[in-house]
Amino acid sequence: MIKWQKNMVKIGALATIVLALAGCSTAKSNGSGQGNNPGKTIKIGVNMELSGSAAGYGQQQKQGIQLAVNKINKAGGIKVGNTKKKIQLVVRDNKTSNTTSASVAAQLVNNDKVVAVVGPAATNAGTASIPNMTKAQVPSVSPSATDPGYTLQKNGDVQKYIFRACFQNNFQGSSAAKFMTNNLKAKNVAILTDNSSDYGTGLTKAFKKTYTGKVVSSQTFQEGDKDFNAILTSLKHKKIDAIYAPGYYSELGLIIKQARQAGINVPIVGSDGMADAKLAKIAGNSNTNNIYYTTPFSTKSGETNTLAATFLKTYQAKYHTTAPTFSALAYDSVYMIKSAIESEKSANSVKITAGLAKITDFKGVTGTITMNKNHNPEKSMTIEKLTDGTVSQAYTIK
Amino acid sequence: MQTFGQQLINGLSLGSIYALLALGYTMVYGIIKLINFAHGDIYMLGAFWGYYVINQLHFNFIWAMLSAIVFCAILGVIIEYFAYRPLRHSPRITALITAIGVSFLLENGMTYLFTANTRSFPQVIKTVTYHLGGLRISNIQLLILGTACLLMLLLELIIKRTKMGRAMRAVSVDPEAAQLVGINLNHTISFTFALGSAMAGAAGVLIGLYYNSIDPLMGMTPGIKAFVAAVIGGIGSVPGASVGGFLIGLLETGVQAIGLSAYKDAVVYFVLIVILLVLPAGIFGKKTKEKV
Repeated sequence: MIKWQKNMVKIGALATIVLALAGCSTAKSNGSGQGNNPGKTIKIGVNMELSGSAAGYGQQQKQGIQLAVNKINKAGGIKVGNTKKKIQLVVRDNKTSNTTSASVAAQLVNNDKVVAVVGPAATNAGTASIPNMTKAQVPSVSPSATDPGYTLQKNGDVQKYIFRACFQNNFQGSSAAKFMTNNLKAKNVAILTDNSSDYGTGLTKAFKKTYTGKVVSSQTFQEGDKDFNAILTSLKHKKIDAIYAPGYYSELGLIIKQARQAGINVPIVGSDGMADAKLAKIAGNSNTNNIYYTTPFSTKSGETNTLAATFLKTYQAKYHTTAPTFSALAYDSVYMIKSAIESEKSANSVKITAGLAKITDFKGVTGTITMNKNHNPEKSMTIEKLTDGTVSQAYTIK
Repeated sequence: MQTFGQQLINGLSLGSIYALLALGYTMVYGIIKLINFAHGDIYMLGAFWGYYVINQLHFNFIWAMLSAIVFCAILGVIIEYFAYRPLRHSPRITALITAIGVSFLLENGMTYLFTANTRSFPQVIKTVTYHLGGLRISNIQLLILGTACLLMLLLELIIKRTKMGRAMRAVSVDPEAAQLVGINLNHTISFTFALGSAMAGAAGVLIGLYYNSIDPLMGMTPGIKAFVAAVIGGIGSVPGASVGGFLIGLLETGVQAIGLSAYKDAVVYFVLIVILLVLPAGIFGKKTKEKV
């Protein structure tokens, strides 16, 4: 609401310009109906939030994508039939704006002639890009668009060219609910939702559907909020066993810090938006105790998954920090496209689409993935526990 | 009762930040009738300055804050000189759009240079929580309240007791007449920007320390809330901005305390509308008769 107010003025001006530009660049449907074909290289587009409010995630995903592409190219490229072709990345910034995302999609498929797209990171921007991707018959794999409806059309049919590498919200929300009932034995919970995104509200909806205990209080906050003292003080005198707080690390870090400082020491359970080392940095290590979150990727998984171990090592060597979940998902997105090209023996965009839909038992850093009929990857869910700011335990939930 | 007292503390610490920011809006508006939308971003730059001098140059808190005050004051003057001064005689809407442009430039420029990632502010002062009759108040909350009150008092003294302050008041009443009696208009306006930006810089460092989280877009929301605070207090009135800031802080906290967190912003804007309808000049605003 607040950002909205000020942004209205700004966006209004921008949107006029963007729309004017976008007007001349909607996707032209290809006469032969064959989608895009590769040239000397395999062009993969990146439609990503590199600036604006979701840039933090977009940048991490770009790093994951680059790491995957470097690795593939170093090994000679992707095997298409009998020849090996290198990947050429075309990275474009959608500025966390829906209109820009749509025009970036058009640019990528029409002008750059990419055969597949990785991105966008957020459901909203991703949804805006769907018409142009579909028209040009080029598939896109979003590393992190978690809204259940993202890969579906309004009538419930699957969006033919839209895939994702992450869980959908329903699964994350219900896993958290089961975990809180079975493992934490929480009978009374409070919910704190980031209601400025489909992500937060979707998770809460899914959570409430599955959770059998009592929801004592359900409060909301917005992206960019910094002060949660008022909400937390009002929770303090209610009898709660745990707090469910789906949102991103930037706000959750502050919630954890302020909750612990206010003397609220119950477990706080969140979602994969919390899976970032910055969470503990913002909250302070001494406050980051008894914190849980659902995540598709655990740094602990390096102990059992050799692919994940190599990924973590190369990421650490290149970027000097522990790989965040979003980088892992983006890394897998590129490899999923690679696997589709290899299994179809063609880098034609329509063929890649068919290959992506057929992915079975694909070994990725975020687990073994099988694409279901709604283009959602099926893999197991991990819940990480933080103690003193570091991951102390990982639970696997099927 | 305990909860009430605790919420009061929450509201006052939040309000003091809005108040510090609202002062900048109100002073600039009082002098050149410009709503400086880039003000919230100067606050962001103050926080980043604090982040860097503490991390890189190992300043202690006091020096970090003082240097942020100086840095932001200089920045405010530079922005005024390059962005607003050339437009002084253009229509007000032109200057307003420029202000939005400057805000955009600062936000996206910082995102470009430092990425949009949220950073954790170095905790130079260890948080100590005092328990007073069941209430919890941290040393940082006391510091914020104390510094905010101190700076507001200082500002009041500068405006009321110094020659420059008198010049500022004269320019705000009538710029042409002020020039006729020998006041240097450019200097006075620059000084106003410096003062307002200095307040924002101090608020930036304080907020960094309090919430331990800074990012290039952190100025947007508080900026717009502080603007509302300034309007409610009576835009152009310095005590009005302080009172308005505290009011907004308490209001927001109160709405969340009764469990209506989803409506906290709606309530703030609703109050803004009511104030504009009932008291168009704000609580402390002067009623000026328009001559037809």
